Amino acid sequence: MAGTAVRGRLTWQVATVETVRDETASVRTIGLAVPDWAGHTAGQHLDVRLTAEDGYSAERSYSIASAPGEPVAITVERLDDGEVSPYLTEELRSGDEIEIRGPIGGYFIWTGDDAATPLLLVAGGSGVVPFRSIIRHRHNLGSDVSVRLLYSARSLPDVIYRAELDDAGDGVAVIFTLTRQQPPGWTGHSGRVDQRLLAETAWPAHQDPLTFVCGPTPFVEAMASGLVELGYPAGRIKTERYGGAEAP
Amino acid sequence: MSPISRGFHGRRHETAADTARVPPGQYVTSDFPVLSAGPTPHTPLQDWTFSLRQAGTDLRTWTWPELLALPAEDVTVDIHCVTRWSKLDTSWRAVPIDTLLADVDHQGTYALAFCDGGYTTNVPLADLTAGQAWVAYSYDGQPLPPEHGGPARLLVPHLYFWKSAKWVRGLDLLAADEPGFWERYGYHNYGDPWREQRYAGD
Repeated sequence: MAGTAVRGRLTWQVATVETVRDETASVRTIGLAVPDWAGHTAGQHLDVRLTAEDGYSAERSYSIASAPGEPVAITVERLDDGEVSPYLTEELRSGDEIEIRGPIGGYFIWTGDDAATPLLLVAGGSGVVPFRSIIRHRHNLGSDVSVRLLYSARSLPDVIYRAELDDAGDGVAVIFTLTRQQPPGWTGHSGRVDQRLLAETAWPAHQDPLTFVCGPTPFVEAMASGLVELGYPAGRIKTERYGGAEAP
Repeated sequence: MSPISRGFHGRRHETAADTARVPPGQYVTSDFPVLSAGPTPHTPLQDWTFSLRQAGTDLRTWTWPELLALPAEDVTVDIHCVTRWSKLDTSWRAVPIDTLLADVDHQGTYALAFCDGGYTTNVPLADLTAGQAWVAYSYDGQPLPPEHGGPARLLVPHLYFWKSAKWVRGLDLLAADEPGFWERYGYHNYGDPWREQRYAGD
């Protein structure tokens, strides 16, 4: 059929777990060795398939946390009522094999080609994962595109990639807001991102920023609408939503 | 042969009756998750129209009151999202595409749905007729909320749910197939959940 002929089939392949690193009490980054990885673009995701002894299998999608050219890594948040994420964050060990296929998604991506305008990244919770790929890719490219990351997390211990974000380098400003609990002496923002904080931290619309928003649905809805209100053209706002607590 | 994930048992909470209704690789949810590529558009109803179009010309356009005045059906169907959730027995009030097409003369074989926000998706016309597809404006007895595609969305429940375009404003009736938004970004051109046509080449 039209438009499909040039694309290759995404086949399942066996990946070996090389590293596991706890990012927070409920979030883990899993580094994978994938022999036939075709390469990915920052912002893409992949599918994971787990198979039980009796052949039952379950699949889920996860954002890729590593930059293009780096070994494939995913960062997974454990959802207590989940089917796959508790296994990935608690059971999986270095040396284990899982099946993956990808990369998937060609819209919520940053290639570095659009360097003339600043980049706004807005993350709710584990919505920060694809932004790690983007920020690392920017660094690896030696790009000087200006980046602001507005990152809403429940508390400081819930911040994923904290050390890495603190050290994101020149041209990358990370603005945290902690919604539920702030440590003593916290001088950052507190509470959910409201229109005032969005207006204060987002690039002025006349700079024509390219924006990526990723997080739970209510967060993404609120942020995307808020940015449209600030004069951002809808076509410059790319969103990715996950069910959060709703989805297993 | 898939490697066994040591210690993985899975949940398998679906009943046997559900299992027959749930396509491979899907799980049943009672929530109604939202997926969209951009901000939710909010078109005022007085500006809203639905058009059937061919070769750049509107063949027929309905205003919001005109759409509501058309014979509608109460439809209860299972829906299947490519991100793996399925939702059973969703209930909609909707106008059959057959009813809209009956009003125009056209030579189309394919349809490209177009929407507020610029979203498009392609469906063979044969999949939109014979009682298989609708324009839905009410969900669960209530006006369709904007985040779920209101005021109106396409409803094509036998294909993955991205084909059920949110914020739909019309159909372009085409002689040749033309991939839509997700279809250009690596998703399957047709999207049959029972054949797990998630991505191009599946």
